[in-house]
Amino acid sequence: MRAPVVPRQVYYWVYGTLLILTLLTVGVAFLDLGPMNAVVALAIAIFKAVLVMLFFMHLRYSSRLTWIVAGAGVIWLAHMLIFTLSDYLTRGWLMVQGW
Amino acid sequence: MHMRSRRRISKVEADGALAEQFDDLAQQHEAASLGMWVFLVTEILFFGGLFAGYTVYRASYPEAFGEASHHLDRLLGSMNTAVLISSSLTMALAVHSAQEGRRRALIVCLLITMALGAVFLGIKGTEYAHKFTERLVPGLDFGYDGPYPGQVELFMLFYFIMTGLHALHLVVGLGLLGVLAVLAWCGHFSAAYYAPLETGGLYWHFIDIVWIFLFPLLYLIGTHS
Repeated sequence: MRAPVVPRQVYYWVYGTLLILTLLTVGVAFLDLGPMNAVVALAIAIFKAVLVMLFFMHLRYSSRLTWIVAGAGVIWLAHMLIFTLSDYLTRGWLMVQGW
Repeated sequence: MHMRSRRRISKVEADGALAEQFDDLAQQHEAASLGMWVFLVTEILFFGGLFAGYTVYRASYPEAFGEASHHLDRLLGSMNTAVLISSSLTMALAVHSAQEGRRRALIVCLLITMALGAVFLGIKGTEYAHKFTERLVPGLDFGYDGPYPGQVELFMLFYFIMTGLHALHLVVGLGLLGVLAVLAWCGHFSAAYYAPLETGGLYWHFIDIVWIFLFPLLYLIGTHS
């Protein structure tokens, strides 16, 4: 029942992908995409983080229980950001005095 | 040399790397990495609050935060990203070497990881020093005379606290890796028992992930605003 030994090549591929994505995110920052700049930068960051978690942190080869724990952290973070922003970003939409 | 390390490894196994509350090493290994994941979730809570705060103020003052972000060194930030990703690779290779029972490769990988961590801190220190000469350090020496000085100061505050706490985690990680390297040197680990390396690696990769988000949010936002 020991965790499988991941082939070395997998780590090299992940590493190469992470470096290319880093170059990509720097490059995209120089294009003017308006508000999409932040979206693209965050999408790349999330993809990089998922790669690190799945392969470097062995999540892909871990038990379901580990998945649940890791997922709980991410879902909690999403809750905090979404509920916080749903307040701050929508202020002023209704143009009610004092809001 | 190889023979000796082999014999040492089997001795450790005989001595019992297995704590008595576990059925076998696999169960012990899973419990250890699960425990580290639980700790990392509390770390997500810890950094998450800062990220939420940053997001709120960035949404409130987009021009000021974009302007302030111009004062960060994008080249050094990119280099540090590459350095930290490289250190994650060598950390993963360290665990891999342990899984294969290659003690010398394990120690070398751990030392390279620590060296890369130190390079990251060195580059970070250079950036901090620049901020002092540019008088962009909130609270200590803030003499910014461009537009939105108060909001730029707020951005710099987020910058210093977030990267500072990240650097603090890295210093702790360096200490952990140092202990692991000494233990590895003493023949503490084997292909069957390497749970401390796995958990140390999880912590190190987490630091990498935090930086993966800090880098675009702090350094790259200002290109067009």
